[in-house]
Amino acid sequence: MEKLTLTVNGLAREVNVDPNMPLLWVLRDLLGLTGTKFGCGVAQCGACTVHVNGEALRSCVTKVSRAVGQQIITIEALSENNDHPLQLAWAELDVPQCGYCQSGQLMSAAVLLREKPNPTDQDIDDAMSGNICRCGTYPRIRAAIHKAAKMQQEGVKP
Amino acid sequence: MNRRNFIQSSAVLGGGLLISFTIPQANKLAALSQPTATSGFTPNAFLNIGADNTITVTLSHVEMGQGIWTTLPMLIAEELDVDLKKIIVKHGGPDKALNHTVFGVQITGGSSTTWSEFDRYRYAGATARIMLMQAASKKSGTDLKDCKAENGIVIAGKNKYTYGELAADAALLPIPERPQLKKPAEWKYIGKGNKRLDASVKTNGSAVFGMDIKLPGLLTAVVAHAPVFGGKVKSFDSTKAMLVPGVKQVVQIPTGVAVIAEHYYAAQQGKKVLSVVWEDGIGAQLSTVKQAAEYKKLAATDGLTAQKKGDAAAGISKSAKVYKAEYVFPYLAHAAMEPLNCTVRIDGDGCEIWTGTQLPAAEQASAAKILGFAPEKVKVNIPFLGGGFGRRATPVTDFVSEAVHIAKNSGKSIKMVWSREDDMKGGHYRPFFVHNVQVGLNSEGLPVAWKHNIVGQSIMQAATPAFGAPKTPIDSTSVEGVMGSPYLTQVPDHFVGLHNTEEVVPVLWYRSVGHTHTAYVMETMIDELAKSSGQDPVAYRQRLLADHPRHLAALNLVAEKGEWKKTLPKGRFKGIAVNEAFGSFVAVLAEVSIADGQVRVHKIDCAIDCGLAVNPDGVKAQTESGIVFGLTMALYGELTLEKGKLQQNNFYDYRIARMHESPEINVFIVDSNEKMGGAGECSVPPTAPAIVNAIFTATGKRIYNLPIANHKLIQQ
Amino acid sequence: MKKPIILGLMLLSSVVMALSFNVSKKETKTEPLMVVKDSIASVAAFKQVYAVLMSPRCMNCHPAGNVPLQGDDSHLHTMLPKRGVEGKGVLAMKCSNCHQAENTPGLHTPPGNPNWHLPPDNMKMVFQGRSANQLAKQLVNPKQNGNKGMKELIAHADDGLVLAGWNPGEGRSLPPISHAEFKKAWLKWLQTGAFAPAK
Repeated sequence: MEKLTLTVNGLAREVNVDPNMPLLWVLRDLLGLTGTKFGCGVAQCGACTVHVNGEALRSCVTKVSRAVGQQIITIEALSENNDHPLQLAWAELDVPQCGYCQSGQLMSAAVLLREKPNPTDQDIDDAMSGNICRCGTYPRIRAAIHKAAKMQQEGVKP
Repeated sequence: MNRRNFIQSSAVLGGGLLISFTIPQANKLAALSQPTATSGFTPNAFLNIGADNTITVTLSHVEMGQGIWTTLPMLIAEELDVDLKKIIVKHGGPDKALNHTVFGVQITGGSSTTWSEFDRYRYAGATARIMLMQAASKKSGTDLKDCKAENGIVIAGKNKYTYGELAADAALLPIPERPQLKKPAEWKYIGKGNKRLDASVKTNGSAVFGMDIKLPGLLTAVVAHAPVFGGKVKSFDSTKAMLVPGVKQVVQIPTGVAVIAEHYYAAQQGKKVLSVVWEDGIGAQLSTVKQAAEYKKLAATDGLTAQKKGDAAAGISKSAKVYKAEYVFPYLAHAAMEPLNCTVRIDGDGCEIWTGTQLPAAEQASAAKILGFAPEKVKVNIPFLGGGFGRRATPVTDFVSEAVHIAKNSGKSIKMVWSREDDMKGGHYRPFFVHNVQVGLNSEGLPVAWKHNIVGQSIMQAATPAFGAPKTPIDSTSVEGVMGSPYLTQVPDHFVGLHNTEEVVPVLWYRSVGHTHTAYVMETMIDELAKSSGQDPVAYRQRLLADHPRHLAALNLVAEKGEWKKTLPKGRFKGIAVNEAFGSFVAVLAEVSIADGQVRVHKIDCAIDCGLAVNPDGVKAQTESGIVFGLTMALYGELTLEKGKLQQNNFYDYRIARMHESPEINVFIVDSNEKMGGAGECSVPPTAPAIVNAIFTATGKRIYNLPIANHKLIQQ
Repeated sequence: MKKPIILGLMLLSSVVMALSFNVSKKETKTEPLMVVKDSIASVAAFKQVYAVLMSPRCMNCHPAGNVPLQGDDSHLHTMLPKRGVEGKGVLAMKCSNCHQAENTPGLHTPPGNPNWHLPPDNMKMVFQGRSANQLAKQLVNPKQNGNKGMKELIAHADDGLVLAGWNPGEGRSLPPISHAEFKKAWLKWLQTGAFAPAK
């Protein structure tokens, strides 16, 4: 067990943990941030995706020790008021069904949109194929990413 | 509910408008008839109007992605005349008043929520509206006919009252018998574009699933399950597990050994070093290869008669041409994104459960039985379901019972969490099925004799704990889609037989149930017959389905919208399939190409006739969803067993279609006034056959066993 | 176009520098650099080298396309992560989003290495589909091997990612021979003239 200080959603959080504990379970079980989901535990489904220094890390296989000193952002802080262009586009196009995978989908899409403000369908495939949706909302995720890109260009604040 | 009712209701009673029922009379319940500031006005089990104008709708069915969190409130908003977006929605717990209007038990399944609640929820709203108007009439001394309810306000002559202001008075009024419902022309919500009410909580992580339940002092439990189906614990040693920091307790339960810890990670670390000796039992004799061989042997013989006309064998012997095929379908896991989980807190003589379930009352009954409590002492709370697909409607209540046993044996409040591997290896699969089909054709290439034997485990037999023992050995869920097929009705000599098998592997309904395999067999066989006699697969179907207007409507619409007759660019191929399931008729046109030995599905056009589409965008979303589900099943779906052990573990060896494999999907809704059907499952069945029919055009190869990934495809 | 190439070269040179520092100590102790040409011995040694390089543990990260391979059957990595300019993935699917500094515990979990990546886009160093003859020539061609000379090639036997092939994580087979045997064959091949087999 070690005392570690994490920066989660802009706040310093101290945890006393096994440094090998995956970041996912630190977030969910110790810090109560349950928006980040457990789907597979082996980086296959992307439901646990969070941003660590801006990268879409799979928190289920990331040891908490790796995240020390890094900026950790979870779905709860993707935007202040659920108004990231992606979140707005997601709601506008009724993307979620069961909704369980959508935190991870959004966190992946946010990295895509940051690096490619006007992504092509190929870019969407390249960025989003690491996130499984068993409800099969892929066509709507694709449409919503395009819509969010447009909204971003038209000045909806991220 | 007995299974016969289930069959009839799913097949026959598709029309919400035809179902008669009574609204549970709230005035019979003392608690509900005594309004207080907080309880407000509760005219029935589905609706509460607070003095503060909050409108709360209680769902008789659960939200697992299919969109009823929006559709059911729509029905009430329509008749009550309130703003849909302001409605507060919640899941009902176990309650007889919330029983399925047709199936008779409390269940979400069978793609039935919308049609089965279409009247009840509208009447729930209409009843409240009349009572509010009556209250306004009384309060203001205005004649009822001069009162009007609109957007949460009753206008009574010169007076205006919000619903909240009238709630307490309305609650004291007698409940009217059968209020007038709005005419379709007056609808503001039904049939119109409505946004999901749960979309925004599902974009910022605030939606609560079973996995997200937080309680003071709650511990996490994981379970070591028998590696072989039907296996039992012989002995175990928890010494090492107890040394893992955070592990609190290790307890044996009927289905294995549970490790209870401060959090999931500690519990899993404990499970890793837990030593369990297992008694395998007869399950160890089960292997897929052996099972397939045995089933094939059985399928070559006639089973119990499910449907019969004339003499199939004689008909085949005198046919101009005979086609024979043997089809094999593997076990399939539902693999919802949220692994199965259940939270249990036992407090004295009461118990509270939090779990995503499609069968709340069954879970309650099981928990009560395990604990020796009266059912009403077990409260079941239902958060959002992270997918269901049938797996959260387990009549034997496997995961909830397991969690209750852990809580009982440990004396702790626990959240039991299955790993993905536990979820995949946990059984309750779409059964393994084999079909043996012989079809005799006449000189025009039309089927005149059809002999069809089906072999597999009975789902309804497995469903006995919640639905009662089957009354007939012909399980409709094994033969639906072959039995009653529109293609068979005009075949003068035909036979459909069923062999029920028994295995240690538990089976369960899986999104679209029997149609997952029967539609595949029927629609690929029809395609084979069409192409073998040089006929266009659409024209051939049109000819055979001439007396089936709803099949035709879907088929014709998709052929038109998907431009069936247009020649595709080089290297692209198309295939078609049409199927009726859960009262809806769906046709799928798939466009594919072949590369590197595998198929790539580029585009799916789909037409659905579900009668009135109450929430058209919801119907489209479900249809898209079913297509992707069908795509996964077609491309990758396969579980295999060796010596009773499931060989698959996680998404790396039980693959799910991903974004890059997801085709362009266009859904067209048939403009239909026919009987209402379902939406959630109906597009799954025709998807796989449409894809493999396109593969046949591309490769000349017929695929008789799924998944497609097991076949090396070469374009001709 | 300029920027990616420069980045690629920077990356390569830093890797080479780091490695040459590591290996120079070992070199002086054990392996002489002298080349004594022996085509028969060289080709025989390369046979062993080739078997290792074409094993899933090496080939999977030296694919013909821009997507790494996975598993003992060398199927396309399921979620199709792309190579990217630096070989480190793209967008929301960068290698290190899943691949950690060390193997993740458990069956078929992502294997790890601090430097986990594919060869960069401008120096793909493809193994998949190469005959022994082609691969042997490619390995000693600085224009195709990441500008490695004899010294760097020898050092490469102890590269961290090469060694990772023998620590593949649960559920993955090992290369056909041990790392020590591989290194011996690799050095032998180089020191006998790095002859390419006829086919």
